[in-house]
Amino acid sequence: MKIVLQNLTKVFPSRNKKSNEEVVAVSDLTFTIPDGKLVGLLGPSGCGKSTTLYMISGLQKPTGGQIFFGEDDVTSLSPENRGVGLVFQNYALYPHMTVKQNILFPLQNLKGADKLDKNTMLERALEAARLVQIDELMDRKPSELSGGQQQRVAIARALVKMPRVLLLDEPLSNLDARLRLQTREEIRRIQRETGITTIFVTHDQEEAMSISDVIVVMKLGVVQQIGKPQTVYDNPVNLFVAKFLGTPPINVFKANVKGGKLYISGEAVLDVPGVCDRDVFAAIRPEGFVPDDNGAMTCSLSSIEVMGRDVSIVSKNEAMLTPTIRSIVDADYKVSASAQSVKFNLKPHKVFIFDSETEERIYFGNQTAPETGI
Amino acid sequence: MKNFLQKIKFDQWKAWIYLSPAIVLLLIFTVWPIFNTLRMAFWNGYGLFKELGGELQFEFGIKNFKWVVGYGGFLDCLKNTMLLTVLTVPLSTILALVIAVSLNAIKPFQRFLQTIFFLPYVTNSIAIGMVFEAMFNIVGFGTSNPSYGIINNILGVFGVDPINWINAGSGYWANIAVLVIYIVWNALPFKILILLGGLQSVNKQYYDAAKIDSTPRLRVFTKITVPLLSPMIAYVVITGFIGGFKEYSSIVGIFGDDMHAVGGESLNTMVGYIYKQLGENHEGDASAAALILFAIIFVVTMINMYVSKKKTHY
Repeated sequence: MKIVLQNLTKVFPSRNKKSNEEVVAVSDLTFTIPDGKLVGLLGPSGCGKSTTLYMISGLQKPTGGQIFFGEDDVTSLSPENRGVGLVFQNYALYPHMTVKQNILFPLQNLKGADKLDKNTMLERALEAARLVQIDELMDRKPSELSGGQQQRVAIARALVKMPRVLLLDEPLSNLDARLRLQTREEIRRIQRETGITTIFVTHDQEEAMSISDVIVVMKLGVVQQIGKPQTVYDNPVNLFVAKFLGTPPINVFKANVKGGKLYISGEAVLDVPGVCDRDVFAAIRPEGFVPDDNGAMTCSLSSIEVMGRDVSIVSKNEAMLTPTIRSIVDADYKVSASAQSVKFNLKPHKVFIFDSETEERIYFGNQTAPETGI
Repeated sequence: MKNFLQKIKFDQWKAWIYLSPAIVLLLIFTVWPIFNTLRMAFWNGYGLFKELGGELQFEFGIKNFKWVVGYGGFLDCLKNTMLLTVLTVPLSTILALVIAVSLNAIKPFQRFLQTIFFLPYVTNSIAIGMVFEAMFNIVGFGTSNPSYGIINNILGVFGVDPINWINAGSGYWANIAVLVIYIVWNALPFKILILLGGLQSVNKQYYDAAKIDSTPRLRVFTKITVPLLSPMIAYVVITGFIGGFKEYSSIVGIFGDDMHAVGGESLNTMVGYIYKQLGENHEGDASAAALILFAIIFVVTMINMYVSKKKTHY
């Protein structure tokens, strides 16, 4: 099922009666989610990603704009008539019911022509349980399950009625680090097997990058960039997106462009053909540094962290805007820990420059703006 | 090590000293009366008059219990008490549940209505009884120009002939009906308060989840709200039964000390019986009746707890 959001807007009235400040949670959101894709809504807390999800589910009514499932306008449809499955952040499993009863619950609500007989219901429930691999826990109560198992039950309950769209609100936030890795692969697998268009919300960029077909990066209710995770990472449209994606985070410097060259703390570090003279922010991915004794950029060395495959060089530079400069280089490079300074050359495709006022991307050389379609 | 022991001892003494006012009061006003009740109940024919008369020797035995159970009035009291309890507890619990759920569902006037529903709780029950009496009364009963209370007037609007609720010659079931209405109304606020508190602590996401799964309203109520509230419902039912068995002041409030309508059947209850025996200086019988009442409440509460443990789910 293709999902189209058109000029979707949500404004919350102010809580304080005296001030008339309204909160714009989602502003003029327009994008299309292709059929059968796994889409991650990504952004810091308060960016409107959960509100968007709840508007798609129908639990919240948009202030403006429209939502289409395929060709149907579902904007004014109540949640029960939309045919969505929703997995809540804390799962919202009914505590007094067993796993089986929880999964059966949506099926028992079906009316009229959709009504199923008992055996079909049980079969469907068992099928859903098998898909998420909890078919051995059917007679347990939610309180007797681990976090990961509860999560699976919640997914099974959402899937059992064969929804047109599956929505997941921060699906991994209540799990520990190891289980998170495992579960996100699981979500990917379940989505592939069922082929249901799935939207999930997360503030964890790694999570979104690792399993999504498409990510939507949001900030303060406004979409910043939509695209394949790798595209968005390789080609951010503004400083916010560049900073939000990537671990370790991108290194940002105050810089300026003069005569087609990028200057960071007085050193010409990179040719930036086609950019006129101006003040900019330069952002360099950790993997964009190449240690070189004759390198163009000089930084004072703080520490070296060896992590087996890679070496992480932590250094400082007076123009940096991040607390430290973290560069990741191949372990083959031998850098002396006792050295005072370290010199780098920069990989041009790992360096992004942004207007110092609008923070919008300035493309140079053979860099081009990313395609906007999905 | 010695220091350590001394320290513990000192700390314990401190604790005992802090506890002593409460302990002394409990000993005087709770433990001693309970002990004394037991003693009096098993002293055959114990009574203050007899004691004052110099007959200080009482035999131990269960004669008091035999006498109490054998006396016809007691079984009537037991019947009245049981009847009122069995009628009012389910009725008030269901009503309180419906009102609490409705109150929880509305936004405007919620506070205001909450206050109104809570009023009976802070009003003296004798005063409420007098108002109820006025509502059901027929002033000038039996004369050519009787003046009916508000209930009969309302019934009149629907074409129902005036009913003799509480006046001379009124029937037993009419009396019981008035008492049930009064007791239910009086019991509502506490129950509503407890259930509303329970409802407000239920995670809203359960209802969102139910909505997403297109659950019909009635099913949400029976399959989600009631089970999630079951611990509170159990509490309300158990305390309701205990309160019901102790019913007394409502009858006095409406029918006065005699505890029956003029010429009507006795509406006396267990507690009423105990008071009556005390008033006639039959302390031994009163104590025996009190112990019987205690035993009944104890057994019923145990059954309640057993059932609610099976029915409350988490």
